[in-house]
Amino acid sequence: MMSEGLVTVSYIVATILFILSLGGLSNPETARRGNSFGISGMAIAIIATILGPKVTSLTPIIVAMVVGGGVGLYAAYKVQMTEMPELVALMHSLVGLAAVLIGYATFRDSEVQFQGVEQTIHSIEIYLGILIGAVTFSGSVIAFCKLSGRIGGKPLLLPGRHFWNLAALLAVLFVGSMFINTESGVGGMFLLFIMTGIALAFGIHMVMAIGGADMPVVVSMLNSYSGWAASATGFMLGNDLLIVIGALVGSSGAILSYIMCRAMNRNFISVIAGGFGTAGGTVVSGGAAPQGETQSISAEETAEILRNAAKVILVPGYGMAVAQAQHTVFEITKLLRERGVDVHFAIHPVAGRMPGHMNVLLAEAKVPYDIVAEMDEINHEFPATDVAMVIGANDIVNPAAQEDPNSPIAGMPVLEVWKANTSIVMKRSMASGYAGVDNPLFYKENNRMLFGDAKKMLDEVLVFLRKSA
Amino acid sequence: MRIGIPHETHTGEKRVATTPEVAAKLIKLGFEVALQKDAGSCAYLSDDAYRAVGVVIVDDVRELWTSSDVVLKVRAPGPNAELGCHEVDLMKVGATLISFIWPAQNPELLERLAARNVTVLAMDSVPRISRAQKLDALSSMANIAGYRAVIEAAQNFGRFFTGQVTAAGKVPPAKVFVIGAGVAGLAAIGAANGLGAIVRAMDTRPEVKDQVKSLGAEFVEVNYQEEGSGTGGYAKVMSEGYQKAQHDTIARQCSEVDIVITTALIPGKPAPKLITAEMVASMQDGSVIVDLASEQGGNCELTVPGEVVVRHGVSIVGYTDLTSRMARQSSQLYGTNLLRVLEELCPGKDGTTTVDMSDEMIRGATVVKNGEITWPPPAPKLYAAPAFTAPGITATPSPPITKKPLIPESLRNALFTLIAMGLLFGLGSSAPSAFMSHLMVFVLACFVGYMVIWNVRPALHTPLMSVTNAISSIIAIGALIQVSTPGLLMKVLAGSALVLTTVNMAGGFAVTQRMLRMFRRSE
Repeated sequence: MMSEGLVTVSYIVATILFILSLGGLSNPETARRGNSFGISGMAIAIIATILGPKVTSLTPIIVAMVVGGGVGLYAAYKVQMTEMPELVALMHSLVGLAAVLIGYATFRDSEVQFQGVEQTIHSIEIYLGILIGAVTFSGSVIAFCKLSGRIGGKPLLLPGRHFWNLAALLAVLFVGSMFINTESGVGGMFLLFIMTGIALAFGIHMVMAIGGADMPVVVSMLNSYSGWAASATGFMLGNDLLIVIGALVGSSGAILSYIMCRAMNRNFISVIAGGFGTAGGTVVSGGAAPQGETQSISAEETAEILRNAAKVILVPGYGMAVAQAQHTVFEITKLLRERGVDVHFAIHPVAGRMPGHMNVLLAEAKVPYDIVAEMDEINHEFPATDVAMVIGANDIVNPAAQEDPNSPIAGMPVLEVWKANTSIVMKRSMASGYAGVDNPLFYKENNRMLFGDAKKMLDEVLVFLRKSA
Repeated sequence: MRIGIPHETHTGEKRVATTPEVAAKLIKLGFEVALQKDAGSCAYLSDDAYRAVGVVIVDDVRELWTSSDVVLKVRAPGPNAELGCHEVDLMKVGATLISFIWPAQNPELLERLAARNVTVLAMDSVPRISRAQKLDALSSMANIAGYRAVIEAAQNFGRFFTGQVTAAGKVPPAKVFVIGAGVAGLAAIGAANGLGAIVRAMDTRPEVKDQVKSLGAEFVEVNYQEEGSGTGGYAKVMSEGYQKAQHDTIARQCSEVDIVITTALIPGKPAPKLITAEMVASMQDGSVIVDLASEQGGNCELTVPGEVVVRHGVSIVGYTDLTSRMARQSSQLYGTNLLRVLEELCPGKDGTTTVDMSDEMIRGATVVKNGEITWPPPAPKLYAAPAFTAPGITATPSPPITKKPLIPESLRNALFTLIAMGLLFGLGSSAPSAFMSHLMVFVLACFVGYMVIWNVRPALHTPLMSVTNAISSIIAIGALIQVSTPGLLMKVLAGSALVLTTVNMAGGFAVTQRMLRMFRRSE
């Protein structure tokens, strides 16, 4: 058994380990050590708590942790790398739900008694903890359903949706003031239920209104929420470790959301308010409609162009993830590199459905990370590039963002593939991207279109490349 | 259908309307391709090379003309000295001719073609819309002429273009001044810059400024307010006041630079005389002027079309055949432009042509349709921005639109600070000290998080999310403590929370580990 002081010391050690863990992620070289720090920190915190004076019954803890741990490990080893966004969203929902449950448990806990202002603050903490937890839970569940295709990616826009959100906020505030002033336990519980209902509905409504292209923002935002939920729980229980970790996670998610928003040149509020690129009529009316014809090519010609190039930049997008084409992409990369072609990958911050999504897929396919570059690192290299090949991406390579001030995506930073000698766009059809904006890149004189499923077409390209060896 | 390519008869013309590479693609479209013997010889393209891709070589000129359904040419048809007749009269009735025509300058040729009852597509009349860029032979020829102008200048200029510091002394870089930043001007800027010269350029159209800069040249502005953009991407005639200011600017530049390349043309008008004899005299001995407008009378008063002359110690190059001087390159590009026309005329790839007059691009190019003169075409609708973008030149990026905020920035910041201070004051005066110490921990942790997270590389954002997600299951600690409190409901609630958080904890760390193991460096 450990004394209260020893438990606190363990918490301090755990906190330091968690901070080191996040710090380690700044570089692929130290990232694995960072993860180990995280695991150790978590282990120390849990063991110290169990051995501490507040825990008396061990059996339920062991049962719960064995069951939970088993399920978690199973999921972690089964998941496909392309499904990472779904898994992350699902996990956020678990944290949210746990925060709700702990909040209710704290409310029911009769051992803790406060008076006066302390009681008020404690009530506010419980109320906030459950509120954030519930929004995180329902929002993450919807995000999971959207990402895994169980619900369509199209934003659902209720008439007067901003009014509904405002009404929900006011209702939550009103119920909150009643909750603080109520004396009876049963009445308080009832008010908590009402608030939880509103919060769940709000979470659903919020994520339903957000389009597929904005998913990276949503996922990182929910990440942030799950942190704030943990922090609120920490306040509720008067536990500094939870407060610190919650704040770390919360600010991490907030920074990620900010980075994602900046990468789309959109403001956070407008993403959350939802409904980007959906008002049917704005599809082309937003800017001058590009005119002209696209020039399509075959897999064989693509192989020909790639073989004659000295410098190639590949730009992967969500289409590569959908088609599971990352392994073929790597085979082509390997073949070209063996022949002395300089191959790099250019990753746009919002490519895919989650921050860093493309990097994980490429890493899974064993693409070395030192040839994978970020947008700012590589954008100036396009003019000196022979071939820029776009694999299942659209809006992130749309020149309209720079050229057409009326375009809905005007000002969004994009990868300037059209500056390469030749650009090749792989696409299933001529449909516009998530933003619903037509892409003038397709009509550029030095652009070629390779239509078809990314995996199938790349396989063919690979065959032709091998043949010509 | 048969496509015939005759030998160009115009004196000094070395280009040919197709190359073996292009001919192969024409055959793929379903056409039969016939070439007059030795038609490509001036462009170093042998008959054997054509034969190898399936082109029929025809010895007899008359037979070639009369047997072809489509004739591809570079220069407009003219008298054939060998046979003593006009080339138009050799054409099969109902056939199609695709070549440069210059209908405005050659009305009698147009009459003659109409009388022959043929269809004619003029490569010089292709409308300047972005869709038609791939058939814009004027641009592809201008591009070559601009490049060649620099090469001719270098040929006549007795110094290096690039500045050098050698053991034998310092060499200053050549200064090149390009007048007119159309396709030819831009090509000249690029070529001169590539050779290492200091390049300046001038144009009456202000919108080309960024294109000039993008090629590494300095844009010389005329200090006078007038917009010089005409329709179709060409310049227009400017007012007298502007011309005076322009004259002064050019005069100043001439006295400073070593090489002047002029490309100023106004459609349907003689070339503007921009460089006077005085300006030539003001230039240093050994300087060079290349006048790309010499065929239209020249931008320099002293230009002699077709020749290199030395006046006041300055070589003035007035060649009119710059594209022919790079016959192989120009034939290749011109042939490809013609191929694009035929692709438009033959959408079925079945070797037959149809001239679709409802297509704006084809309508513009067609000057005679089945014996009827259809020139000039109705004015083109201008979809694109008025600035014509030369191939390979990126359009001007527009500055991001910024909305004016409702409340000015400074006031907003002040307001925000005030509210935050008020809230903190309220909290500090009423909240218990235990809460305040928690709050302090919270705020400090937010700052630590902020500092740490900005260092994370974007490539690791997904692992970052899964790690932060895993460590947010620290709320398990709350559940751990609550499990031990009495009451079944408490145990159930806390127990379920514990299960959920452990799923998250184990799953999050394991999947992160799995992901990070995949990040590898190349051997």
